[in-house]
Amino acid sequence: MSEAAKLRGYLRSDGRKGIRNVVVVAYLVECAHHVGREIVGNFRGRDVHLIGFPGCFPNEYAQRMMERLCTHPNVGAVLLLSLGCESFNKFSLSKAVAASGRPVATLTIQNNGGTLSTIADGTAWVGEQLEALKAAETVPMGLDELVVGTVCGGSDGTSGLTGNPAVGRAFDRLVEAGATCIFEETGELIGCEEIMAERAVTPELADELRASVAKAARYYATLGYGSFAPGNADGGLSTIEEKSMGAYAKSGSSRISGIIKPGDIPPSGGLFLMDVVPDGEVRFGFPNISDNAEIVEMIASGCHLTLFVTGRGSVSGSAISPVVKVCANPDTYRKLKGDMDIDAGKILEGHATLDDVGGEILDLIKDVARGETTKSEHLGHREFILTYKSFEPIGPACLPTAAA
Amino acid sequence: MAGPDAPPADQTDGRLLLLSDADNVLVARRPIAAGETIFVSGVPVRTSKEILLGHKVARQAIAENDKVRKYGAPIGSAIRAIAVGEHVHIHNMKSDYTRTHVIDASDEEKSR
Repeated sequence: MSEAAKLRGYLRSDGRKGIRNVVVVAYLVECAHHVGREIVGNFRGRDVHLIGFPGCFPNEYAQRMMERLCTHPNVGAVLLLSLGCESFNKFSLSKAVAASGRPVATLTIQNNGGTLSTIADGTAWVGEQLEALKAAETVPMGLDELVVGTVCGGSDGTSGLTGNPAVGRAFDRLVEAGATCIFEETGELIGCEEIMAERAVTPELADELRASVAKAARYYATLGYGSFAPGNADGGLSTIEEKSMGAYAKSGSSRISGIIKPGDIPPSGGLFLMDVVPDGEVRFGFPNISDNAEIVEMIASGCHLTLFVTGRGSVSGSAISPVVKVCANPDTYRKLKGDMDIDAGKILEGHATLDDVGGEILDLIKDVARGETTKSEHLGHREFILTYKSFEPIGPACLPTAAA
Repeated sequence: MAGPDAPPADQTDGRLLLLSDADNVLVARRPIAAGETIFVSGVPVRTSKEILLGHKVARQAIAENDKVRKYGAPIGSAIRAIAVGEHVHIHNMKSDYTRTHVIDASDEEKSR
């Protein structure tokens, strides 16, 4: 109780609170990426993060994602980098950021004298923002104001035995405390649809949960591949269903309050499934081409931090929101200790229980929310990837709590 | 969860973990070397190759086309008969949804 009261956050105009105060530099087409990288490179070790969308052709999903990311509670100021001829609507993005009360500037390379002068101007602007953000005040923040996501990547046969169920225990305690928890990847819930549907708060939501997994199964069947990498098989996983059962354990045992799509902000505390598989016919390829695309979607839906369970050993972090690495495999933990925040593999060796590790994860979440850096933050991992996708808005049955 | 050195339940090696009573596979919580004789459901079985951490062995005989059950749920089907104690993986089972993609490489190559 008192511990939760000790959390502090940066209050934003929409009422949400951030646990970081990052200056975001966002390129709006690949052609502006280099300029962004050079600007950010001038602030090594500082909270200046590079994000962007590489495509030159318009995409509603990418536009919405960028808007959500640039107005994420962990973000304090935004520099937009445009080449000048791309399709991305920088005007509407800039307006949305300004309306959120954050400082925002747009530099258009074609109108700003090219690469060198844009790097110089951008660097000057970011420097000013960092100075201004030093004076930012924090306010008390409750555990129930925290939004936590979970993904898994580089899974092996241990992920579903230790890391994922331990995250499930932490999720159960967070949901009980009123926090918002989001789990993902309907493509990795194939085979779990019935047991998951039983946990829905309404029968209509149960139908939506089943339908979201059926959509994922269809989508992946068209692609010819499941959400399954060769490393998964080396680690003892034989099928997508087996991987799914392990991944499903991340959700814990709380009732499921709703389904969201990337960029939807959950309307209340509780446990939510993020449906990351695009709607309609297969277009633009794989739903998420790598783990970081999923982490970015979690962040776009408001996650303050993401719990990343890995067995084979992912080293990824993310821009904007810290990533907590939960290592399921004791051998991997020993090999990659410098990259892992939590050793869940010790459960297999009899040194801890799932509840012990669930408690450790919860304690670490609070510490990270108080400003302690995760291993990936400390190492400077700020991966970011955003690609083309298309979604229909969610139906009313997906969020029963919002309709009530 | 019992410690790793707990006495084996129904004469099954303590390094093999049963996740649900409904399961027909066990999971290795510690690697088991090739050529060892281990007990699985009371049956002595000689391992033909190393059983790596997180891999599965059959808890009972599984007939061709039978569901393989782990976590109390079906995780695919046997593509041939599997004997008790045998390694259960992509060589003798398959997904009932989408096929599993693997890269052929020797263990030595994979460790690089």
